[in-house]
Amino acid sequence: MKRLSIHLISIVLAGMLAACGTTPTKEQEGASVEDRTKAPAGEAGAPKPRPGPRVATKPLVDKPLAANPLKDPGNILSKRSVYFDYDSDLIKDEFKPVVTAHAKYLQQHPNAKMRIEGNADERGSREYNIALGQRRANAVRQMMQLLGAQALQIETVSFGEEKPKCTGHEESCWSQNRRGDIAYQGE
Amino acid sequence: MSGVSWPVVRTGLNKEFVGSNFDKFLGLHRFFRAALVLALLALSPAASAVLTIEIVGTGATQFPIAVVPFRAEGGLPQSLTSVISADLARSGVFKLVDAGGLNPPPHEPQDVNYDTWRARAAEAVVIGTVAPRPDGRHDVRFRLMDVAKQEQLAGFAYTASGAQLRHTAHRIADAIYEKLTGDKGVFSTRITYVVKRGARYELQVADADGFGAQTVLASGEPIISPAWSPDGTRIAYVSFEMPQKKPVVYIQSLTTGGRRPVANFWGSNSAPAWSPDGRKLAVVLTKDGGSQIYLMNADGSGVTRLTQSSAIDTEPSFSPDGELLLFTSDRGGSPQIYGMPAKGGEARRLTFEGSYNVSPRFNPDGKSFTFIQRNGSRFNVAVQDLTTRQVQVLTEGAVDESPSFAPNGRMILYATEVGGRGILSAVSSDGRVKQRLTADSGDVREPAWGPLPK
Repeated sequence: MKRLSIHLISIVLAGMLAACGTTPTKEQEGASVEDRTKAPAGEAGAPKPRPGPRVATKPLVDKPLAANPLKDPGNILSKRSVYFDYDSDLIKDEFKPVVTAHAKYLQQHPNAKMRIEGNADERGSREYNIALGQRRANAVRQMMQLLGAQALQIETVSFGEEKPKCTGHEESCWSQNRRGDIAYQGE
Repeated sequence: MSGVSWPVVRTGLNKEFVGSNFDKFLGLHRFFRAALVLALLALSPAASAVLTIEIVGTGATQFPIAVVPFRAEGGLPQSLTSVISADLARSGVFKLVDAGGLNPPPHEPQDVNYDTWRARAAEAVVIGTVAPRPDGRHDVRFRLMDVAKQEQLAGFAYTASGAQLRHTAHRIADAIYEKLTGDKGVFSTRITYVVKRGARYELQVADADGFGAQTVLASGEPIISPAWSPDGTRIAYVSFEMPQKKPVVYIQSLTTGGRRPVANFWGSNSAPAWSPDGRKLAVVLTKDGGSQIYLMNADGSGVTRLTQSSAIDTEPSFSPDGELLLFTSDRGGSPQIYGMPAKGGEARRLTFEGSYNVSPRFNPDGKSFTFIQRNGSRFNVAVQDLTTRQVQVLTEGAVDESPSFAPNGRMILYATEVGGRGILSAVSSDGRVKQRLTADSGDVREPAWGPLPK
């Protein structure tokens, strides 16, 4: 029995050492080179190298774990995009429930912080499109503030036309790119 | 400035001169591949061509000039006269006259047989010599001879290492251009632009003819709005890189490669524009709400708000004397160009034709500005006179963007799209001469023409 334990420990140790030896190094590809792939909603953001063994224990709880409402596909909080008309920052009726739900979440979680990323379609000046995307993000923020979110909980930024969701050159694509995306801090 | 090498990745971009357009001269109109010029430029290195220049259109009057291969330049790693000829032809202002078939070809003033050149209808002849120096460099001399007056118009001597020969050739072309047109030549200037290949963005700096391109910044996130410092040693730009992953304004030194964020405030930071003395930067920040124009020192300190509107105010551009600021604003309901004192004050609307006028940049002479005007669904480069307010649309592409003047005010560099790919184009400020710079792969966009070398 004792011998078995020792065997087990050495196997675990070997595994840990192997894990240490293969820690991903892709973040060292040079100061200015970034991983462009956008983390899908609900997934963790930038992977942080963790010190020590990748083992964690959790106490058994009686009631089932409550699902994170931000990640629950059945929850409106998992909806993160607000779409806009051409040259407009008006929040259309169909997106008001989404904005309202996130505003309420921020109100109920004063420590929660989010970023609203405004986007524009490809037509026209890149810098003007940064400003248009910013205006859309600000419109979403403004509505959330009116509904009880605090100003410092929401940073609004703009990607202009630089990060299109759809890369075609027609309205069916453009309408997907006139958009505000909600991302919570830590996501 | 010659022979400089910037830090960061070096890419082997080369230019292939594929054609010139002598349409006026030959009575043809588009894309005529001038065999004459090709023969003349046979010495031009064309291997691994990545940026290609194509001339579309030509000046109203073209000055006929002959460029005789310099004595002993055959032994050089780089032909000088092929570069000079390419520069002059590319400007659209000159018509290259055949300089071949003379035995011996003239290299000194006393060798020039003016009857020969008159017979070939050349009004000026460029001659010169190259001689090795004990230190391994080369003495380059050139003379510009007036055929009618049979006298020397200009003559200069240069000392150049092998790596500096292209630059020396551009300087010679500049001297010829200035002597014959009265305007400064811009052949020895540089341009910057962004190349997007897949998910990779590269900020590159190249000679004005597309040669010697070097990547000064590579990123997996967008880079936009590069702006040259007035002395040409630094570039301000907007990068979306980690960890902020949002628009932040950086300034990067081309001599050291060192860089730092100068505007990284809450919200978005973009549209950097240098003051003519290089000490200040106008930027667009959203830290107080919407996109507004702020002034800051070039080190990022001393931020003051310049515009006070609830509308979009963006794309600032300083007048050459630093007194005035042009910018884009939709305070009147549609994006239009406005002007205001650079110290702050009341803004005045300048554009009235059309419902979308954006991206203003001053002409270095301070008398006009270039901008993008939407006509129907097309976006084109236009120029407006500041006094008469007369507008001239210079291009007819579908999606022309980001115009900037050459430092002599004669050409405007801009981004456009051909066959779904981003390329750079240049158009003369009278709209007659047009050039295209095409990369072998990737989208090229966001060009900015650098200043005259000091």
